[in-house]
Amino acid sequence: MKKTPLYDEHLSLGGKIVEFAGWQMPVQYSGVVAEHVAVRERVGLFDVSHMGEIWVTGPNAEKALEFMTCNNVTSLYDGKAHYSAILNERGGVVDDIIVYRCSKERFLICVNASNADKDFEWLTKHNPTDATIVNASSEYGQIAVQGPKALELVTPLVTGADLSTLKYFHFVECEILGSPVIVARTGYTGEDGVEIFVQADKTADLWRLLLEHGATLGVLPCGLGARDSLRLEAALPLHGHELAEDISALESGLGWIVKFDKGNFIGKEALLKQKEAGLSKRLVGFHLDEAGIARQGDLVTTLDGAQIGVVASGTKTPTVNKALGMAFVETPHSALDTKLTLVVRGRAIAGHVVQLPFYKRSK
Amino acid sequence: MEFPNECKYTKDHEWVRMDGDKVIVGITEFAQSELGDLVFVDLPQVGKSVATHGTLCVVESTKAASDVYSPVAGTVAERNDALVDDPGIINRTPYTDGWIVKLSGVSEAELAGLMSAEEYKKLLAGG
Repeated sequence: MKKTPLYDEHLSLGGKIVEFAGWQMPVQYSGVVAEHVAVRERVGLFDVSHMGEIWVTGPNAEKALEFMTCNNVTSLYDGKAHYSAILNERGGVVDDIIVYRCSKERFLICVNASNADKDFEWLTKHNPTDATIVNASSEYGQIAVQGPKALELVTPLVTGADLSTLKYFHFVECEILGSPVIVARTGYTGEDGVEIFVQADKTADLWRLLLEHGATLGVLPCGLGARDSLRLEAALPLHGHELAEDISALESGLGWIVKFDKGNFIGKEALLKQKEAGLSKRLVGFHLDEAGIARQGDLVTTLDGAQIGVVASGTKTPTVNKALGMAFVETPHSALDTKLTLVVRGRAIAGHVVQLPFYKRSK
Repeated sequence: MEFPNECKYTKDHEWVRMDGDKVIVGITEFAQSELGDLVFVDLPQVGKSVATHGTLCVVESTKAASDVYSPVAGTVAERNDALVDDPGIINRTPYTDGWIVKLSGVSEAELAGLMSAEEYKKLLAGG
């Protein structure tokens, strides 16, 4: 099993290690609830070095990405990133990604750990141009600094850039501790914050620096447990739950990044047809109205017991403090406030459809 | 980690303790630490009969649901309703305020067959 450059740091911090996507990762240190709250109220650090980094470069890099990803790559400019997806011919989601434009001929893609090798093979196979595609995942560590105090923590540590003027989904190539880093104002928690790409062999130094300087701000190292509860409150999809190759991007709620008005791209035709015909199911948010927690795979039925869907993710989260989740349900049952039944271990629990996200930070 | 001597233990990481003619059941310090912060406890109804190793209740963290098995056969005489609003009591004080149920009608022979604190510690150490 693979270890990130921070594995020894996790052990020395008392992190509880679990297997995730072939990696040995910390699921928690001090506790999921304390870590979740630290990110909502102060600042938390996440080791996201398991995420994959793929470079697409050359004069035809933009053209290649325009065809192999669904968002409009030509709308990017140097220092701008966007959320996007690699789709298959049926419009299913091979992976959800962030595309960073460093220059017109140099793009970085950040992909999910569990899909990194698959994505690299996919991109190499479907590349319609001579653009160069390199899987650089092992060269990078990545640390997410998330929470209302994230910028206060990171800004003074950076040389060669002023993070205080860095806008959301923008990034800058600069230095920390004399080493080159890419700092992006992005995240997966619903809070303000940055994600820092750093050379693999400098990742532990950066991690320790952030912990040391963050002590007065109340920083906590955070594991995969808090990462999942934070992203779920913010209704950010997770591949393997809300996103999958056999679920269309439109059904998963990714319509906002599927740009039909650009040129041809993989999945366009299938999704256009689906859009015209209407979606048979949709991803909705739900709250439970009775005690219990619905989890991935639990069935959703009408009050009469007719099966209308399945839960994609569910838990009881610390900040919202309710049993909640996201589920795919047939379109006629997807309107807000529709009463549903969630079948949890054979028991029917009442719930209803709610607006997503469950949590939105005050700006 | 703490393993009170007055408790008896199971290999599934539950503890039991006598309380008059009833038997108190909870999960061990090790179990709560493995499960992580609990956010929901699905308690059984008072009056429910449980078999040895039968599912007594379900405890859930943000990540997963786990069954708690009954260490002994008996009938649920009381349940700790404080856990409904604050399941974290189990994480903070697993052997005292974090008790889950009290069982009645438990056989003394069955209790005698459970592990002592020393034996349980050995099990955790891999011995």
